[in-house]
Amino acid sequence: MHTDTAVQPIVDMTGITIRFPGVLALNNVDFSLRPGEVHALMGENGAGKSTLIKALTGVYSIDAGTIFVGGRHEAFATTADAQRAGISTVYQEVNLCPNLSVGENVMLGHEPRTGGRIDWKAAHARASEHLAALGVDVDPRAELSSHSIAIQQLVAIARAMVLDAKVLILDEPTSSLDRSEVERLFGVIRGVKATGVAVLFVSHFLDQVYEISDRITVLRNGNLIGDYPTAELPREQLVSKMIGRELEDLAALARTAERTIDRDSAPVLKAEGLGKRGIVEPADIDVYEGEVVGIAGLLGSGRTELVRLLYGADRADSGTVSVHGALAKIHAPRHAIDHRIAFSSEDRRGEGIVADLTVAENIVLGIQARQGWARRVRPSVHDAVVAEYMEALDVRPANPAMVAGNLSGGNQQKVLLARWLATAPELIILDEPTRGIDVGAKADIQRKVAELAEQGLGVVFISSELEEVLRIAQRVVVMRDRRRIGEFVSQDIDLDGLIDYIANAERGNVA
Amino acid sequence: MKKLFKHRLTWPVAALAALVVINTIARPQFLSLTVKENQLYGPLVTILRDSAPLMLVALGMTLVIATRGIDLSVGAVMAVSGAVSLTIIARSEAPGSFATVAIAVIVGILVALVLGVWNGFLVSVLGIQPIIATLVLMLAGRGVALLITGGAITTVVSPPYKWIAAGYIAYLPVAMFISIAAIVAVALFERRTALGVLTEAVGINPEASRLAGVRSRSIIWGAYIVSGVLAGVAGIIFAGRTMAADANAAGFMIELYAILAVVLGGTSLMGGKFSIAGTVIGVLIIQTLDSTILFLGVPSAQKPLFFAIVVVIVVLIQSTRVHDFGRSVGQRFARKEPTDIRIDEEVAA
Repeated sequence: MHTDTAVQPIVDMTGITIRFPGVLALNNVDFSLRPGEVHALMGENGAGKSTLIKALTGVYSIDAGTIFVGGRHEAFATTADAQRAGISTVYQEVNLCPNLSVGENVMLGHEPRTGGRIDWKAAHARASEHLAALGVDVDPRAELSSHSIAIQQLVAIARAMVLDAKVLILDEPTSSLDRSEVERLFGVIRGVKATGVAVLFVSHFLDQVYEISDRITVLRNGNLIGDYPTAELPREQLVSKMIGRELEDLAALARTAERTIDRDSAPVLKAEGLGKRGIVEPADIDVYEGEVVGIAGLLGSGRTELVRLLYGADRADSGTVSVHGALAKIHAPRHAIDHRIAFSSEDRRGEGIVADLTVAENIVLGIQARQGWARRVRPSVHDAVVAEYMEALDVRPANPAMVAGNLSGGNQQKVLLARWLATAPELIILDEPTRGIDVGAKADIQRKVAELAEQGLGVVFISSELEEVLRIAQRVVVMRDRRRIGEFVSQDIDLDGLIDYIANAERGNVA
Repeated sequence: MKKLFKHRLTWPVAALAALVVINTIARPQFLSLTVKENQLYGPLVTILRDSAPLMLVALGMTLVIATRGIDLSVGAVMAVSGAVSLTIIARSEAPGSFATVAIAVIVGILVALVLGVWNGFLVSVLGIQPIIATLVLMLAGRGVALLITGGAITTVVSPPYKWIAAGYIAYLPVAMFISIAAIVAVALFERRTALGVLTEAVGINPEASRLAGVRSRSIIWGAYIVSGVLAGVAGIIFAGRTMAADANAAGFMIELYAILAVVLGGTSLMGGKFSIAGTVIGVLIIQTLDSTILFLGVPSAQKPLFFAIVVVIVVLIQSTRVHDFGRSVGQRFARKEPTDIRIDEEVAA
């Protein structure tokens, strides 16, 4: 049956088909995981990645196809069945108990007992061993919630190891980690892989996929496109397989860095010495009409904190803000909105989308809030605005009555952008508008930002992907350790230069 | 058909219909209506009339719950407004005059409004948890009411005041008209303006709403004020029934029944989406149940137990988890065969 060179797969899924009302979510998809490999599952939002994962973890039952785990035919009815078969999942939002200790979380349900009573000392010692095996050095007695998300993820992995997992599924594990935390996670993944566990890795970060994975499976619209050894699949090919169009389309769009900006008139927004003690040191930033100003810096560098002060989401305790050359008091989001400033938060679910309202209600919320509660947006205006922006931003599915929380991340971001654009702002602050969304939506959003800037909108653009910042912004403000450390014209610096500056610029060397 | 099962008013309406059917079977005169002295009588009319105070309180509670809050003080506010208005009438020279009653009612409602402002201030400005903030007034309010009445049960004779609770217009009870007016007013106020959707937005995601420029504070504050005012009106109707301001009995436990009505109507205690129609049905379920218990002659000591049993059944009927469970049991039976075949195939392989 098997040739000697091929390793017997630990998971073998063949002909998997899942139908939802009106949609073929997965169409005859084959997927296999071999022991000791890191396998990346790639595809745009809606390609069927999470559906496939949910079929493997017993969340969905399959309509056709077979699943073999470790050579056994399995028909998972519940997630517990899948766990028993050795499939462990670490989700983006860690599903542990934050109020229990690290050790309790790791050992939950597998505590060593002496005479019927749980031996906590032994449990914590055992937890320590498991954590140490992954190279994680934390006190097992500390409460889980006192640790960062990064550590909590590692704890979740340790727990999976206690459960004797054969397959470890990591769904977008790195989306809220900074660079060093990602390195640490990858170290742990390599360790886990060395023990023969198969790791299924889902991420929107291409760099990370190429760094950690051995094999890549690509899905598109519920169909299997193929699986490839990572080393044999160049990046451009991966992207074009994922989106089904050629990469040139992407490269052609949104390169606006060279555009010349007229800086003779007063800037749309100018902040001087804007800061808040303990949050971000006083910083200057100005944006002219039609200009995109990027803010580069790592997570926690103060970039989000600075723009929150600009918008009045948090209250600054020093500095001034002027709009079109006139001093403006911005102590609350409403004040900023009155000055035609818009802000889209990096926390899409927590601070952007109102999940239980419909797409249309979410889009109109910005205008409605501006008008006040007493004057409802007229139905004719309402429908026209919703239709216009859903089309302009290509929100999918194009159903304004759909509950916004059910949209994919990329489409939620488009809805937020629509909400703000409908208020006709003169300046828009976009904090990580393209994080965690698929390539197609990312391109749509970049294109829209570039187009709006050309029409005269001022934009403050924050992104962890420096390459994106350099491509779109005419100027880049660099932040590190809650401090503005410099500013460049995008054309004067390249990606390596910028990375080097963020990493190495001396504290005193402020541009 | 599937849509009908998913509509959130389907189950509350079904529960109410079931209660009406059971009542009609147990006593055919349940649906009967008779006219005596230009007044319409019958169990249905009585239910609509007697539900007025709970209806008013539950409407206010719906708005407060939609903002992720809760208002425990409504019963105490009822006691205060009733005590204020009856005390004014009792001390007046002409307790039977229309002017006296008008002043008494207006002052009673204004005091309730002030109490609503206080609750809203604690919650929206000071950021105190709603359950604690309104607990303050729930405990203190009845004390205030006792202070106003001087510790006694103030009784008055005032036909115009009595008319509010027991009078009739065009064959129908005045209290019912007040109740309907409040329903229509709240529904128009919320749904014809943007207040409803903004209230929902604040209830679902306060921070996102704030960043979108919604005046969350005013909206939350406003909900408590409306709740206070409606409780004030309810207090006046309640006092009018017996023409006595009883600081301990007025609105006793009504906060819990109001919360129950809101939940029976399909509005989640987690805030957000709310349904005025659902709350109306929830109130009618509670009131019908109350009348059923009375009719069946359940001893008053066992009334709460009987009530609780029926409520548990109604809540279970509405629970989506119970629906899912029922569906999965159904599926398991339906799927039994194919699963066995799969196992056979595996053995054969």
